[in-house]
Amino acid sequence: MQKPILEVSGLKKYFEIKGGVFGKKVGEVKAVDGISFSVMEGEILGIVGESGCGKSTAGKSILRLIEPSAGEVKFENKDITNLSAEEMRKLRRNMQIIFQDPYASLNPRHTVEKIIGEPLQIHGMSSAKERKERVKELLEVVGLSAYHASRYPHQFSGGQRQRIGIARALANNPKLIICDEPVSALDVSVQSQILNLMEELRDEFNLTYVFIAHDLSVVKHISDRVGVMYLGRMVELTDKDKLYDDPKHPYTQALLSAVPLPDPDIAKDRIILKGDVPSPSNPPAGCAFHTRCPHAMDICSKVRPEFEEIEDNHFVACHLYGEVQ
Amino acid sequence: MSDLVLELNNLQTHFFTDSGEVPAVDGVSIKVHKGEVVGIVGESGCGKSVTSLSVMQLVPTPPGKIVGGEINFKGENLVNTSEKRMKKIRGNEISMIFQEPMTSLNPLFTIGNQLREAIRIHQKINKREARSKAIDMLRIVGIPRADAVIDEYPHQLSGGMRQRVMIAMAMSCNPELLIADEPTTALDVTIQAQILDLMRNLNDEKDTAILLITHDLGVVAEICDRVVVMYSGQVVEEGTTREILKDPKHPYSKGLIKSLPKIHEREQKLYSIPGTVPKPKMGRVGCRFAPRCEFAFDRCFQEDPELYSIENDRLSRCFLYDQKEGDRTENAEANIGS
Repeated sequence: MQKPILEVSGLKKYFEIKGGVFGKKVGEVKAVDGISFSVMEGEILGIVGESGCGKSTAGKSILRLIEPSAGEVKFENKDITNLSAEEMRKLRRNMQIIFQDPYASLNPRHTVEKIIGEPLQIHGMSSAKERKERVKELLEVVGLSAYHASRYPHQFSGGQRQRIGIARALANNPKLIICDEPVSALDVSVQSQILNLMEELRDEFNLTYVFIAHDLSVVKHISDRVGVMYLGRMVELTDKDKLYDDPKHPYTQALLSAVPLPDPDIAKDRIILKGDVPSPSNPPAGCAFHTRCPHAMDICSKVRPEFEEIEDNHFVACHLYGEVQ
Repeated sequence: MSDLVLELNNLQTHFFTDSGEVPAVDGVSIKVHKGEVVGIVGESGCGKSVTSLSVMQLVPTPPGKIVGGEINFKGENLVNTSEKRMKKIRGNEISMIFQEPMTSLNPLFTIGNQLREAIRIHQKINKREARSKAIDMLRIVGIPRADAVIDEYPHQLSGGMRQRVMIAMAMSCNPELLIADEPTTALDVTIQAQILDLMRNLNDEKDTAILLITHDLGVVAEICDRVVVMYSGQVVEEGTTREILKDPKHPYSKGLIKSLPKIHEREQKLYSIPGTVPKPKMGRVGCRFAPRCEFAFDRCFQEDPELYSIENDRLSRCFLYDQKEGDRTENAEANIGS
């Protein structure tokens, strides 16, 4: 059995809503509402969900780029939720992030050399010459050329910028990379280049990814295990094959059936969900999905289902599989 | 064949920028028949959106200008039509839905106000009738509490609801042609499924022709009858949805379909087309796709390929399908098919 590199338990992030004349707290948005999972070394864990389900907030809270409200995040068996800012800074060389928007996540006034060199400098590579060498090396690793180092971000296409983002994340040889929708801003033909690159890098540098995305086919392609989030909660988590072949949670079933497939021969029984995702500032009581669930029972609107292991390595939060059926 | 609603004939829309002339749409010919759903697919910058804006005569001028070709809508050439006539056609006979439901509604007016405006511009009915018609339209597109929603503002609705309102507005005058420019791209998959379902129903019931612009081949498989693949301002392949998705002929369409991650199959490594999409440029000679194409040979860099007909209405802009290339065509069939 491999050892877990990242363990998240009961992670919560509530954003306060302030209102009124005195800016009093009038409510809170439960962006992430108690999620737990662990990621093994060398594994790619995919997290899928629709917009507003809290998947990006979860990713950022794990790195404490957003301070979590409650819960515990253990990186290599060390609780990082209470570390000081200085200790956290040192730790971040092992935990990096790649952002969604390759246009917004690179400083337009810095050259590529400065962008990729900055994390090196921060983490103690003080010799400018060494940094220059390392930047060149990194550019070649991600499929760009050494002469690109002196250019500015606007001179690159979207795919190339995402490669720069990846090179920056790789700069300090991290162990864990959180990838927040790394390919959703890219065209199909470029998307497959980046996905292949990320897989090659994983094998080459023994990386662990938490891969956050909304595109179910992409997540299926790259992940080993996949977690599905809905309204701040994890509703299902298992091996990718199990999840896609035998989804247990009604939301996962609906989500999978809604994906349009580029194949006219696959006849599909589509489950079309009624209504919209409720607001996370006022989530429904009990199971958050019961307002749209085709199998909703009485208990669903009253008791929040536990996130339980119903089969080997198959976690589901749904009353259909609980003991109280 | 059923009657022709829209026919684009060698349409050329160029943009005149500080850094020179850009042929965003470079000789596009597309036919849309009554009751048909035609998809235009391609990656960003291939000219699919500019094509649709050209039909509506909504290309910002300057810098853009239709420099050649014809847009025949029911036998009437829309290029150089008076703005007065276009106003009658827009929203009435041809409607358009845009990608961003967030930005295409005016935040300062209620939903009802905006729907009524669209209806009363084209139909001679009074305010009260327009209101009840607007409520009916909202019901048709599946908005719950339609009589309350009509007095709400766009910010009170979710993305999916706003896109429904846009569809209600577009359909309110029973147009013969609906142009949908990436109508579901900004929406989540479960909401996307609802909207596609709705568009399919409207197409069935009212026999509205739909020109759907998208980059998502899944959406195409879902709803289109025929597909046109665009690359760098040109049509590179045309055929029925089944033909394009199951048996693409042009190396670009082939590569595009192969590079999609499949949800039902396992594969170790994704296929990827090397390089990136080129920017349209004036005076380019040779096949636009040649620099990225694994089958490219000398002729591809020297001459512009035309759209060769493979069978009826099955077109591919590739020298491999030129009868003159004899052997090569047969080899290519074998190679590309593999």
